[in-house]
Amino acid sequence: MPKDYSFEKRKYIVGGIAVAIITLYIVRLFTLQLTSDNYRQRADSNAFRKEIIFPSRGLIMDRHDSLLVYNEPSYNIMVVMQDQHGIDTLDFCNTIGITKEEYIQRMADIKDPQKHPNYSRNTPQLFMSQIAPEEFSKFREKLFRFNGFSVEKRNVRHYTSGIGAHILGDVGEVNQADIDSDKYYKSGDYIGKLGVERSYEKVLRGEKGMHIVLRDVHGRSQGSYMNGKYDIAPQPGRNLTLSIDKGLQELAEKLLQGKCGAIVAIEPSTGEVLCMASAPTYDPRELMGKERSKKIMEMTQDPMGPMLNRAIMGLYPPGSTFKPTQGLIGLQEGIISPSTVFPCSRGFNYKGLHLGCHGHASPIALVPALGTSCNAYFCWNLMRMFGNKAKYGSTQAAMTRWKDHLVSMGFGYRLGIDLPGEKRGMIPNAQFYDKAYKNLWNALTVISISIGQGEVTATPLQMANECATIANRGYYYIPHVVHSVQGEQIDTLYRNKHHTMVDPKWYNYIVAGMRQAVLGGTCKGANIPGVEVCGKTGTAQNRGVDHSAFIGFAPMNEPKIAVAVYVENGGFGAHFGVPLGSLIIQKYLFGQLNPGAQALADKFQHTSISYPHKKVNIPSKK
Amino acid sequence: MRERNKINPLFLTDGWVLLLYAVLLAFGWISVCGASHNIGDTEFFSWGSRTGKQLVWIGCSIGLGGILLMIEDRYFEMLADVFYWLMMIVLLVTPFIAHDIKGSRSWISLGPVSLQPAEFAKCATSLAIAKLINQYGFTLNKRKNFLRAAFIVLLPFCLIVMQKETGSALVYMAFFLMFYREGMPGSILFCAVAAVAYFVVGIGFSLDPLPGTTGDVGEYCVLTMIWLFVTGMTRIYIPKQPEHAQRLLISGLAVNVVAYLFSWLIIPFDIAWVLLAYDIVMIAYLGWMWLGHRMKEFLLISVFALGSTAFLYLSDYALNHVMKDYQRTRICVLLGIEEDRDAAYNVNQSKIAIGSGGLQGKGFMNGTQTKLDYVPEQDTDFIFCTVGEEEGFIGSAGVLLLFLALILRLLVLAEKQTTVFGRVFGYCVLCILLFHVFINIGMVTGLAPVIGIPLPFFSYGGSSLWGFTLLLFIFLRIDAGRKRR
Repeated sequence: MPKDYSFEKRKYIVGGIAVAIITLYIVRLFTLQLTSDNYRQRADSNAFRKEIIFPSRGLIMDRHDSLLVYNEPSYNIMVVMQDQHGIDTLDFCNTIGITKEEYIQRMADIKDPQKHPNYSRNTPQLFMSQIAPEEFSKFREKLFRFNGFSVEKRNVRHYTSGIGAHILGDVGEVNQADIDSDKYYKSGDYIGKLGVERSYEKVLRGEKGMHIVLRDVHGRSQGSYMNGKYDIAPQPGRNLTLSIDKGLQELAEKLLQGKCGAIVAIEPSTGEVLCMASAPTYDPRELMGKERSKKIMEMTQDPMGPMLNRAIMGLYPPGSTFKPTQGLIGLQEGIISPSTVFPCSRGFNYKGLHLGCHGHASPIALVPALGTSCNAYFCWNLMRMFGNKAKYGSTQAAMTRWKDHLVSMGFGYRLGIDLPGEKRGMIPNAQFYDKAYKNLWNALTVISISIGQGEVTATPLQMANECATIANRGYYYIPHVVHSVQGEQIDTLYRNKHHTMVDPKWYNYIVAGMRQAVLGGTCKGANIPGVEVCGKTGTAQNRGVDHSAFIGFAPMNEPKIAVAVYVENGGFGAHFGVPLGSLIIQKYLFGQLNPGAQALADKFQHTSISYPHKKVNIPSKK
Repeated sequence: MRERNKINPLFLTDGWVLLLYAVLLAFGWISVCGASHNIGDTEFFSWGSRTGKQLVWIGCSIGLGGILLMIEDRYFEMLADVFYWLMMIVLLVTPFIAHDIKGSRSWISLGPVSLQPAEFAKCATSLAIAKLINQYGFTLNKRKNFLRAAFIVLLPFCLIVMQKETGSALVYMAFFLMFYREGMPGSILFCAVAAVAYFVVGIGFSLDPLPGTTGDVGEYCVLTMIWLFVTGMTRIYIPKQPEHAQRLLISGLAVNVVAYLFSWLIIPFDIAWVLLAYDIVMIAYLGWMWLGHRMKEFLLISVFALGSTAFLYLSDYALNHVMKDYQRTRICVLLGIEEDRDAAYNVNQSKIAIGSGGLQGKGFMNGTQTKLDYVPEQDTDFIFCTVGEEEGFIGSAGVLLLFLALILRLLVLAEKQTTVFGRVFGYCVLCILLFHVFINIGMVTGLAPVIGIPLPFFSYGGSSLWGFTLLLFIFLRIDAGRKRR
């Protein structure tokens, strides 16, 4: 048979088609497999369900290892919307004790993009948090009937007592800002909201673990991946030991009951805060469970401000408790010497300005001036300093120097305590007055700053720190409430001395003055037999009744505690400040109060101050 | 010659094809292991598992191949018609005796095994068509002959469509490539390619706006293509009068550029209207030339242009008004216009599986997409996903190259045949193989529509494997017979 050659060339076309098809497909494979990692990630997210294992949160203890905060398991009901179908809604609602309307509302909330911007149909979403144990056990029995629902075990914080709410803070669900700022958090996670729970969040939280589960196309688990080779074990959070003394804290909170104010005690040799009470306060146990957000809303609207930690957020005129700093500045700057005397004729009188004082001998030197809390002495001191053009060149320069001294003593800026929300207080500088008075000001214009009034404000913490600095004769450690993290020392930040600009030798005169105040001056009530207590009262003027303040430390040599007490509208420093401070010192030094002191403490516990100007603003009810 | 005649045909069998066959079978079996077992399974050889069964099918295939090599080659030609008509009868009765599996009635149960007659009908059709073309003086250029050949191909096509196995039926289109080699006018093949191109471009880009105008890319491109094709055809088929092609080229270019610039710089409008008008002028011009010159070519080109234009607008109409929703959806998903949940999901998971393989793949038995059932039909139609996921680019491109090598080797062998019967049969085998690979790989990589046809030698199942073994070894036996003569 003859071979037909006429169409033989067409074999190249056919071969060419085959080569073209295969080439096209190889190029296609190249683009699918080698040009991007996208498909790999999508395959992984298909197949691997990463189950988070939550670490237990670190415990919180007081300085004597007495437990303050611990964990208890709680159960959250989660739902995968994609798998959730064909369930008996009525049975479901009855089991966990909600109404059908609530059920519908919760389902709608989960899908609401405004409430859950990261909502996904095929990952577990929080349906209901912290269900009660009895409801949980009922629910778990019926779980197999509720497609798409699961239970997630979480730990919730429990408190051994009702104290220290402002220091301990609390834990709540993360908000969108938390999620945006730290990738660690996912919707529904918990984060420290206030107090050390917030400032030591990274220490307390630990690290989440992960269990990789293979998931087939129907969402069914196909066991762990590679026998858990790539699983990550959770790292439990580390425990915090606070520097707070539980007993002292308890006493401080008791003493402030029915009043507004704060008590801060610091161990001068370390900067550790021994107690930090702010009143009014609240019981942290009340914030547990489902009622949390409602309760917080109530407290936020309370005009008394129970959420406010006055010890670090309250800005008060320090009043006479400020005078020791003025003496120190005067001595250091050579404005006064220990023997310098100033006249006091029931106050400071100059060019028609009168600033009152109470009766005492005149003229008066520094030590007795502190003892009797002479206003005139410190006014003259500031006059001399600000008027010393020869030394400083101008009032402004003198003021700058004055401010620098106070800043070195811890005023005017945040001290940097390991709690969130600290306020910086106010130490005015020359620019401030230049602006306020259009450069037309002098020492007389601002004279009240010398006695801790006027524009000067400070937090009770700063006052306690001032006291600790005096007790240490010229240095302080940044106050802190955490003693150690699971046996490890805290950050060196809290272990470095901060020296003031004043020579330690000048401190002895201030200490002597504060000792004299206790022995025969304004704070006789602070005298404790057998202990050399040093103190300084403060009676800070304000719009209403004067604020009652006190700073003091003991013993005079090798001091163990420095305390600041501030009671809003408490009247004279001796009314509340001195006895409260004294009780704190006694309690700390002796570990307990003698019966007399105990009776006094009980009396103060039941003494209330009324605050008519803080109007109770009742939220309108529908 | 007497000596050669006595040599056992086994020793004359083409070694390359045997080697490629063996390698593809081995690779195929490994892929079935990957696709049908869960991570950690090791029972590849147990009878109860799909891999164990597949191993049996492979063994049967090899036995079948051996038997085929023993048969005298002239019997194939002799019995071709009997075989063909027997298969047609089987195909005809299949839908009545078959069980309904996923809407298709194409499987016949014979004891423990189910067979799909459509897979064997390919071989019978190939033999019948080879025998027909082998007749003395038979040329496909004659209309009567072409119709006879087309009948042989279209009869099983229609019977299989009746079983609701459109995918298997489409495979019979592969014979037209063989027809082309045997003398079918190239213009028919070209028209088919042009139709597919019009459809894909015209519908696929119908929603993309053409920059600078108010029209869409699809319509513009198709009208431009029609003009280019017509110009090219005029140049090729009327070589003695190149001025016609020149006129069309210059006028078309001028119209296109001027219309575009006017729309872009002065007033935006849909320039497809201008191109359509030009198209009609072009058709009229060619018709006028035909009347003047009485050359059939002018008329044919004119008809091509008219048909192309009609096809463009009719396909759009058919898609939107004639086709059923699911058909329209499938096409739209393929062309990337629409998202259909199921079809798009399957193709998407298939692409994820292949794409996640990377260069080297995840390793044997480590593919998560296929193991965890994300890919549908993972050990049959979508088996290539396993190759892509577990063996990566190296493995999957390697498989494609193996197929290419086999197809090209078959092409070389077919051309060496001394009989038309042998050559036509060889072309049938390679065209069917090529079509299967073309559709199957195109489907799993998202380039072709989801048409359920198996990947030769890879997909799980005996019918497909035996069907291809039959095709391949009959051809090898014919080839061995050629060498003995």
